[in-house]
Amino acid sequence: MSRKLRYLVPLAVFLLLAGLLFRGLSLDPKLVPSPLIGKPMPAFTLPRLQDPDATISDADLRGEVFLLNIWATWCTACRAEHDVLLQLARTGKVKLYGLNYQDQRPDAQRWLRQLGNPYVANAFDADGRTGIDWGVYGAPETFVIDRDGIIRHKHIGPLTVEVVNRDILPLIETLKSGRS
Amino acid sequence: MSTVKTILLAVLLTLSVSVFAAATLEAFKFTSAADEQHFKELIVELRCLVCQNQSLLDSDAELAHDLRVEVYDMLQAGQADTEIIDFLVARYGDFVLYSPPVKPSTYLLWFGPFVLLAVALVLLVFALRRQRHATDQKPITDMDRQQLDRILGKRGNRTDRES
Repeated sequence: MSRKLRYLVPLAVFLLLAGLLFRGLSLDPKLVPSPLIGKPMPAFTLPRLQDPDATISDADLRGEVFLLNIWATWCTACRAEHDVLLQLARTGKVKLYGLNYQDQRPDAQRWLRQLGNPYVANAFDADGRTGIDWGVYGAPETFVIDRDGIIRHKHIGPLTVEVVNRDILPLIETLKSGRS
Repeated sequence: MSTVKTILLAVLLTLSVSVFAAATLEAFKFTSAADEQHFKELIVELRCLVCQNQSLLDSDAELAHDLRVEVYDMLQAGQADTEIIDFLVARYGDFVLYSPPVKPSTYLLWFGPFVLLAVALVLLVFALRRQRHATDQKPITDMDRQQLDRILGKRGNRTDRES
């Protein structure tokens, strides 16, 4: 190694480290990648939110591409994404199911009555056990499931129009056309 | 390794138990002190996903509470520690473990420091060897000597004057 180049080594090491740390700054430690991606959705059988006597299970959802949105009335970010969910439901591009997570039934029913109901159906997970099976650690979370019941994507945090257009809708198109 | 771990764990437990656990463990009944200790040792190694720098033992988060109940129930049902850990890892990923497992994606983490140390040692050996070669290999030429004399002469004069 020539003498001149040798003095560039610390600079190179510094730049490498700085680059690495700079990348770290833009990563959100709150976003923990789910080990469930690429795996079949966890089985569950729960009472329906709107009809306590009827149940809904993973088998009822299976068969086509759909979204499962985990939400609760105590979750303020869920309120923030609700309009986005309504918009998405109105497009009719994908079926949206809900998992009402650790909530009070009357509160959740009132929420849907007052704000509008974007969901095809809601499962009522009062004790959060199903949430644990799905690896839920903070509502809202949204899963994209393909027609074979495989989890393809998980979005943590509120959905925004931008996220829907950038991540969710293109993925749904791909899954529906059966290319992946 | 395991002794260090045990000591560390003991220290951590003493610290955390006294401060936090009284509040988080009230709800649980244990048949023996050993069972309780076992439970604590297990959940202190598991990370709460909501407040990420707290273990399941310390955290007051709703989810931490639910997961404590889950772990407690599984222990009461006689399940092994490894089964419980697998259960949580399957749902939340390796992130729930405070000590990451050794696997290809964590090789850099586990072995990187040793690789760096080895590289540093190799560089050190090379540098030392080159230094020795530089000092004892080159015979001094007449031209070198003349130049040396000239420099030393000047320097010598200057130091004489200064001192």
